[in-house]
Amino acid sequence: MARVSIQTEDFDLTAEVAALRAGDGGVGAVASFVGTVRDQRDGSTGSATELEHYPGMTENAIEAMIDRAHARFRIRAVRVVHRIGVLALGDQIVLVAVASAHRGQAFEACEFLMDYLKTQAPFWKKESTPAGSHWVDAREADDTALRRWGVDAPNAGRAA
Amino acid sequence: MSAPTPAPAPAITVQVRFFAALREALGPQQTMQLPAGSTLGELRNMLLDQSSRHAEVLARDRAVRCAMNHVMADEATVLPAGAEVAFFPPVTGG
Repeated sequence: MARVSIQTEDFDLTAEVAALRAGDGGVGAVASFVGTVRDQRDGSTGSATELEHYPGMTENAIEAMIDRAHARFRIRAVRVVHRIGVLALGDQIVLVAVASAHRGQAFEACEFLMDYLKTQAPFWKKESTPAGSHWVDAREADDTALRRWGVDAPNAGRAA
Repeated sequence: MSAPTPAPAPAITVQVRFFAALREALGPQQTMQLPAGSTLGELRNMLLDQSSRHAEVLARDRAVRCAMNHVMADEATVLPAGAEVAFFPPVTGG
């Protein structure tokens, strides 16, 4: 099964996890994270989010971060699905699922991968509300999260 | 006999792509020619000189990230012929 999918369609967590651990009797733990569209401002309804990405680089960047996760943690398999296009409030955006023998490494690798993805994978969110549309700002907190793993690759700041 | 004048460095062509707010301001892509051995920072300087709009959205006090051939890159990166260089805002996926 492919490790990375960039798609407009929704995904099914149960089916993705079943496929991830199928045929591997050594899997004793699966940790997964699902990100969803939240309102960036006041919780008002009627907003939509459009996700743009950089085809080719996106897949490269996520494959590279999965390689880094395998080198760093004792894990058996990883699956990443990221949606693009127009999404509504509450829709699923991203899935990261990690299979391992024991829970500790699965939890850690899942968080490592999400911290990486938030700051290094070329996706951009544009939010539309009845009042207009705007590009979502990057968060310094996401850079801080990545630095916890000893990776200093700032995204939100000004450095080129 | 006078010394021969040094030949100018051969030119290379690179493809430049823009994404998100930069794409909205500058269009999706453009082709640039520059001397062989140029860096990504030198390419950015040339782009800054192209128009007032380029100068505004690619200004160095703006949060702009760069990639070369689908990998995040900094301005010291030397550009090979045929490189694909991208400029975009900080990423906001996940």
